[in-house]
Amino acid sequence: MAIKRKVGGFVLRVNPILCDGFGHCHELAPELVKVDEWGYPIIKTQPSALADLGALESARYAVRGCPRQALRIERVADL
Amino acid sequence: MMESSTLPRLLHGATGRPLTLQQHEVAFAANSPVANLFEELQSSGLTGRGGGTFATSKKVALLRSQRSHHKYVVVNAMEGEPAAHKDQTLLSSNPHLVLDGAEFLASMIGAKEIAVCVSRDNPTVVHHVQQAIHERTRRSERGARFQLHAPPWRYVAGEESALIHWLNDNESLPQYRANKAEPLRIGRGPALVNNAETCAHVALIGRFGSSWFRQLGTDESTGSTLVSLSGAVQRPSVLEVPLGTSLRTILEAGHADPNPQALLTGGYGGAWLAGTHLDVAYTNAALAPYGATVGAGILIVVGQSGCGLTETQRIVKWMANESARQCGPCAFGLPALAEDLTQLLRPTRDPQAVHRELVERCNVIEGRGACRHPDGVVRLVRSALDVFREDIALHVAGSHCAGSRSQGHFVKVPTLEREDELIWQ
Repeated sequence: MAIKRKVGGFVLRVNPILCDGFGHCHELAPELVKVDEWGYPIIKTQPSALADLGALESARYAVRGCPRQALRIERVADL
Repeated sequence: MMESSTLPRLLHGATGRPLTLQQHEVAFAANSPVANLFEELQSSGLTGRGGGTFATSKKVALLRSQRSHHKYVVVNAMEGEPAAHKDQTLLSSNPHLVLDGAEFLASMIGAKEIAVCVSRDNPTVVHHVQQAIHERTRRSERGARFQLHAPPWRYVAGEESALIHWLNDNESLPQYRANKAEPLRIGRGPALVNNAETCAHVALIGRFGSSWFRQLGTDESTGSTLVSLSGAVQRPSVLEVPLGTSLRTILEAGHADPNPQALLTGGYGGAWLAGTHLDVAYTNAALAPYGATVGAGILIVVGQSGCGLTETQRIVKWMANESARQCGPCAFGLPALAEDLTQLLRPTRDPQAVHRELVERCNVIEGRGACRHPDGVVRLVRSALDVFREDIALHVAGSHCAGSRSQGHFVKVPTLEREDELIWQ
């Protein structure tokens, strides 16, 4: 229960200006991020609630793996 | 004293030369200034005239809630839309009205500095504003300090975060805003960015009050607005109309083609409206069911002899080139859209597949830029696909629509300096 409350209201956001389309986020978190034909990330069903712990974990991988540090996990009030 | 509920309001007393401060004070003399400016602004229901149609009082309320000794008011007269001439017309007839409005806004939020931004590609207007500011500083030293800024003209340079970026770092590039509810900041001071026309309306509300302001317009969209009319007209003009006027009346007033094929509403990032819907009122609420917007008050009339698809393709090509190329979906997506539209016009591949690709790309691009530039183009393309459905079917079938044979253009898209500036691959 405690875990659920902790991961409930987070979304993965990309800063499109910083992003250069390396595509690492897609490699690291394919269930959360897909890439368009030019290699830029599309966060699936934006803003995506990282409903379970696994999703949050892979989102953290994507954030850490981004060479431009363009990804962020943000807390949202209602989700 | 201006009589009630008559037009023109903003262009009142215009003589073709900018009014001097003395003339301005005579032309816009008020019997009794309003008591509580902020309450009047709230009850006036004024919305921003730069395209966003955001309630001005909400913006002001946000800035009032900020605690800072270094607040700014920014007057945005950049006019990025090539078809818009309203700010330029306003500043070359009643510059002091805009500056008055900026002073009112500054007093409401407690700002000490006002930055007036006019594009440097328009030296006449820059000169008029310079003169007007000079007249004011000679007269008194009280109140907020005016400063004139003249960034170079680009489509995205008038976007508010790009303008703030210019004022901070002399770079007209839009910025990513993680939290849109946070005000933009110059240095550490929060800034209130308003369109020049909005400022002029604030000046009028400050003089004559909100009930006077509400005498024109509808209940939701109050007051009057400036419309830049071009395309199939006798001559391009800027008209002042009450919001809620029917499009037919506006076209008549501007001596436009009474039986147009389509209207481009809102500007290059706006939407097409079929020429059969001329009885719609000119407000956002009434235009929304047809997908059109008031936007920055732009109407471009396309006559029966025009080809909507060609016009759209030219606009999108230019817009793709005006992208700041910061965000991938915009830098690569918009040229791809332009390419797809060219394919629809002169097919070399399977046109059905191109059409599907175009729709798919619109969905992919939407909402993925730092600013609204790509969204505007997507809206334009989508509305073109809807309004010019039959013409596109003809093009796709390999023949040409009636308009594309005449080779005439109604939308005056600025010429690209070099064709190879476009980054296709």
